[in-house]
Amino acid sequence: MTRHRGRGMASINYPIGMNLGGDPSQALVHSNPSGKFTVALSSIDLGQGMKSVTRQICAETLGVPVEDVYVDTADSDTGPHCMGSFASRGTHRVGNAVMAAAREARGVMMEAAAEELEVNAADLETDGRGNIHVKGAPHRSISTKDVAIAAQFKQGKTISGRGIFLVPLSEVNPETGEMSPATCYAHACLVAEVEVDDETGEVAMVRMDSAYELGRALNPRLVEQQLVGGAWMGVSHALYETPEPYYPDPVHGPRDFVEYLMPGPGDICPHDIAVLERPAPDGPFGAKGPGEMCANPVLPAVANAIFNAVGVRIDDLPITPEKVLRAIKAQGGARPQARR
Amino acid sequence: MSKTPLQFRHNGREVAIFVDGGTNLLVALRELIGDMTPKFGCGQGGCGTCSVLVDGELYLSCLTLAETVAGRSVETLDSLKQGPNLHPLQRAFADNFAAQCGYCTPGMLMAAKALLDRNPQPSRAEIVEAISGNICRCTGYEPIINAILAASGGRASA
Repeated sequence: MTRHRGRGMASINYPIGMNLGGDPSQALVHSNPSGKFTVALSSIDLGQGMKSVTRQICAETLGVPVEDVYVDTADSDTGPHCMGSFASRGTHRVGNAVMAAAREARGVMMEAAAEELEVNAADLETDGRGNIHVKGAPHRSISTKDVAIAAQFKQGKTISGRGIFLVPLSEVNPETGEMSPATCYAHACLVAEVEVDDETGEVAMVRMDSAYELGRALNPRLVEQQLVGGAWMGVSHALYETPEPYYPDPVHGPRDFVEYLMPGPGDICPHDIAVLERPAPDGPFGAKGPGEMCANPVLPAVANAIFNAVGVRIDDLPITPEKVLRAIKAQGGARPQARR
Repeated sequence: MSKTPLQFRHNGREVAIFVDGGTNLLVALRELIGDMTPKFGCGQGGCGTCSVLVDGELYLSCLTLAETVAGRSVETLDSLKQGPNLHPLQRAFADNFAAQCGYCTPGMLMAAKALLDRNPQPSRAEIVEAISGNICRCTGYEPIINAILAASGGRASA
């Protein structure tokens, strides 16, 4: 029995969002009389951080502290329309919609403040700490709370804004076959190192090194978290997970978490991640979004690493010990490739 | 079905309830006592998010018959908070971003507490072993391991 080390690489281009009949998302932003803002969305936070990121985008656009913004994703029946949380579209599509809504709400807020301060709205600016003042004259100031109260009880205005971001359907050009399904692309490159046991067919992860280019990272810790966990989802698809191991024969299908294989804490290996930020011209504050891309390069990199280790090329996922063993047997033994 | 009276200590407080035969501890805690901190994940002992301590030992509450904890001490995640202060483990989980969607967190924290109570300075391998019955579907094991290391005074990141 020998354990063979192998290294594999993969790089990807990842389009943000999708193109089925156009890709819209809407957002509504309004102020309460307390001067706190609510963002209404139908987009769902699955744990990826959508609420945190849209909250930051709204606060930054309005010019108010992030603590003053609450994001409500409660109900897709009563909220503004969203296509959904998939295709890595959340930060880019929903973020842009929130930005548009917050910009409109900010316009109303500045008009209301101008009326109270008896100045022109164009001469006002926000300090990001909950105050609006005359440019160059910070003492001529009013709090966003007092503006909200005045708008509500004196001026009879709603401080609110509507936002939509739509990437229109891109039709295929019948002459050339060309289309533009996405407006921006994220990129990634990942090197996986594995150890393949030629007696059991087991593949163990040894280490991963990756670089992700995903526009501006609006919340670097959330991005890191997603890249760390997402890479292991990629490993899981490459090596473990399947509901139908002998498709279409349902035999041996897993029935619960005990039989459905996933990586556990003992499978984790070191993973060094570099985040490269090249702001997207049409992204909210330059963001694209890590999303699904964090899992995608792992699968081909692991398959390449297995080839490098024992010389078998397996193109059917997941790459189970059984498939590795059968392939090694078919070629008459492990054939380690040149290590690069 | 007849009900059975059941008394035990819940997070330091004596509680008395009536349970149907066959009621599991998770249902007793959530539905009869109203402590929602142990979560229902798979109901089969496969995911670990329902983990609680019974007399200091880690138990899967979904697989524990409620009647078997009569007269014993049950601790849930709710026992970790001390007034407005977070438990050092909760603090470490927050500081190390050890929760993503958060559904596994209650079980992870209880598994970590069971470990640190009997082994205050565990190695990385011992931490991995201690949480190996808990599934994190966001696959954020690395920050969870680092948080437990940090809470035990070890180095947070390798």
